[in-house]
Amino acid sequence: MSEPILSLSDVVVAFDALRAVDGVSLTVPRGQRRAIIGPNGAGKTTLFNAIAGVLPPTAGKIAFDGHDITRLPPHRRARLGVSRTFQITNLFPRLSVRDNMVLALRGRSPRKFSLFGKSDVDGSEGSQIDTALEAVRIAGRADVMVNDLSYGEQRQLEIALSLVTSPRLLLLDEPAAGLSPSERSMVAEIIRSLGRDITVVLIEHDMDLALGLVDRVTCMFEGRVLVEEAPDEIRRNKKVQEVYLGRPRHA
Amino acid sequence: MSNAGSAPIKIAGLTGRSLVVVLLVLATTAALPLVLSNYQLELATEMLIFGVLAMSIDILSGFAGRTSLGHGAIFGVSGYVVVYASAQAGFSPAAAILLGVIAATAVAIIFALLAVRTSGVYFLLLTLALGMIVWGICLRWTQVTGGENGLRGDVRPAFLAGHRAFYWAVLAATTVVSYAMWRFVRSPFGLTLLGIRDSESRMKSLGYNVPLHLFIGFAVSGFFAGISGALYALFNNFVSPSTVALEQSVEGVLMMIAGGVGTLFGGFVGAAAIIALENVVSAYTERWQTVLGLTFIVIMIFAPDGIIGALRAILPRGGLARERYKD
Ligand SMILES: Nc1ncnc2c1ncn2[C@@H]1O[C@H](COP(=O)(O)OP(=O)(O)OP(=O)(O)O)[C@@H](O)[C@H]1O
Ligand SMILES: [Mg+2]
Repeated sequence: MSEPILSLSDVVVAFDALRAVDGVSLTVPRGQRRAIIGPNGAGKTTLFNAIAGVLPPTAGKIAFDGHDITRLPPHRRARLGVSRTFQITNLFPRLSVRDNMVLALRGRSPRKFSLFGKSDVDGSEGSQIDTALEAVRIAGRADVMVNDLSYGEQRQLEIALSLVTSPRLLLLDEPAAGLSPSERSMVAEIIRSLGRDITVVLIEHDMDLALGLVDRVTCMFEGRVLVEEAPDEIRRNKKVQEVYLGRPRHA
Repeated sequence: MSNAGSAPIKIAGLTGRSLVVVLLVLATTAALPLVLSNYQLELATEMLIFGVLAMSIDILSGFAGRTSLGHGAIFGVSGYVVVYASAQAGFSPAAAILLGVIAATAVAIIFALLAVRTSGVYFLLLTLALGMIVWGICLRWTQVTGGENGLRGDVRPAFLAGHRAFYWAVLAATTVVSYAMWRFVRSPFGLTLLGIRDSESRMKSLGYNVPLHLFIGFAVSGFFAGISGALYALFNNFVSPSTVALEQSVEGVLMMIAGGVGTLFGGFVGAAAIIALENVVSAYTERWQTVLGLTFIVIMIFAPDGIIGALRAILPRGGLARERYKD
């Protein structure tokens, strides 16, 4: 538990003049559940993109599990065990649920380079897929086309794709976005049941949902870290309340 | 075939009934020389050769989601090398074919290095431009390519000189190559191409080196286009800049679309339809290009999923439509 699994120092991501992430430093210990909250446009998704490698930081440093990953492309970070879901559902819509899972599973296996071999799922792949689909409660839907899934089921698959590879860091970008209250509590249950060998960073607007799940909360505002506290303290924090009520003070 | 409506990609091997269909189609096509005239047999041979070209384009279009307008050039390079190697450099037909396919694959690799980081219309235009460069080289490098006059040479070995023998040889080669392409698109690697077609960003976040997969896909596709080009050189005994020209690429793409993007074997249906049409039309008018353009518009409006797609929609579920295209 000594060394943190993820640490960011002074990370900046700029889109021309806009510094969407503006000097964020952050340390997440192994096994922690961390929430990142903040109003729309605070830079939460951009921060995820920097950690996952989609947007290399303009400045700063990112270390994962002892590796400097600041300049690594996304697929190399995935192979180290960084896994993420997308705020806007990002699946393979014209493939079956099972084929989606097969692709997720083989991203880190040499079998993806089998040019003329049979595509059949082997025993251990099959059981990993079944386990992940059961974990997100869509086990009965493996042979359905993703296009034919309900929106809620697609959000569940979104989580399953990032879980099946047994990642060490799971980045969840608003996994409950757009879901009904009962679906939201199911997503909360899925996250709660994850093993502590997975470190989880969760972006979530819904404070009640997020604060009930995590050990620690980082609140972002205008690209910066506003506060970092335990869930109980965050509830009472004046600055956080102001930001959420839309009456920000300008520094 | 009762589950014809479900995932089209998940058919792992040939089931009993589709095996029967494949054998029937093979038997029928193998028997064609007994009923067709020499002229008709030449057309059938041409359909098989261009069917392979259309399928090679479909590997990128239908599976990786990238349409190449450079495959005519890859096809043509193979043709040039085969004719040059056998007629000018004195290689045996087998060695010439091998060199042709290697050259085509090499050209595809160069195209791929430049094009794999693009998609959509940029991919289309980049492959188009690369194809134009090849065309320019074939036109200007007169000492080797014969310039506008092209290259002529009797490439076919004596035992394939007859129409029937050659047709059967092309049919056999086509069968083997089609089977290889079918295995390729259904392999674990083929699935990664479908993943790239549907979402590149998700593939990257799952650990895939997307440009590398596109590169391999392009090279394999070019290899198959090269085989098609080598067969064409044997068929035609003549290559000229028009063999590598943009029209060649466009025709290959149209055949692929006419058959049905992503159906693979639709390539044969599209090639057969367009070559047949070209023949009928040329009896009445010189304006084949115009007719081809109009045909394409009609297909896009009335059968955007190609002939296979249209058949599938018309015929009852699990009916012939699905099995036909497996050749
Ligand atoms: N690719 C991009 N190009 C330009 N600007 C961008 C890009 N992505 C994000 N931005 C801008 O960066 C800022 C932060 O966006 P980001 O998506 O990170 O916010 P967020 O905290 O995730 O918000 P939300 O809660 O709405 O998801 C916004 O002003 C956004 O418009
Ligand atoms: Mg966001």
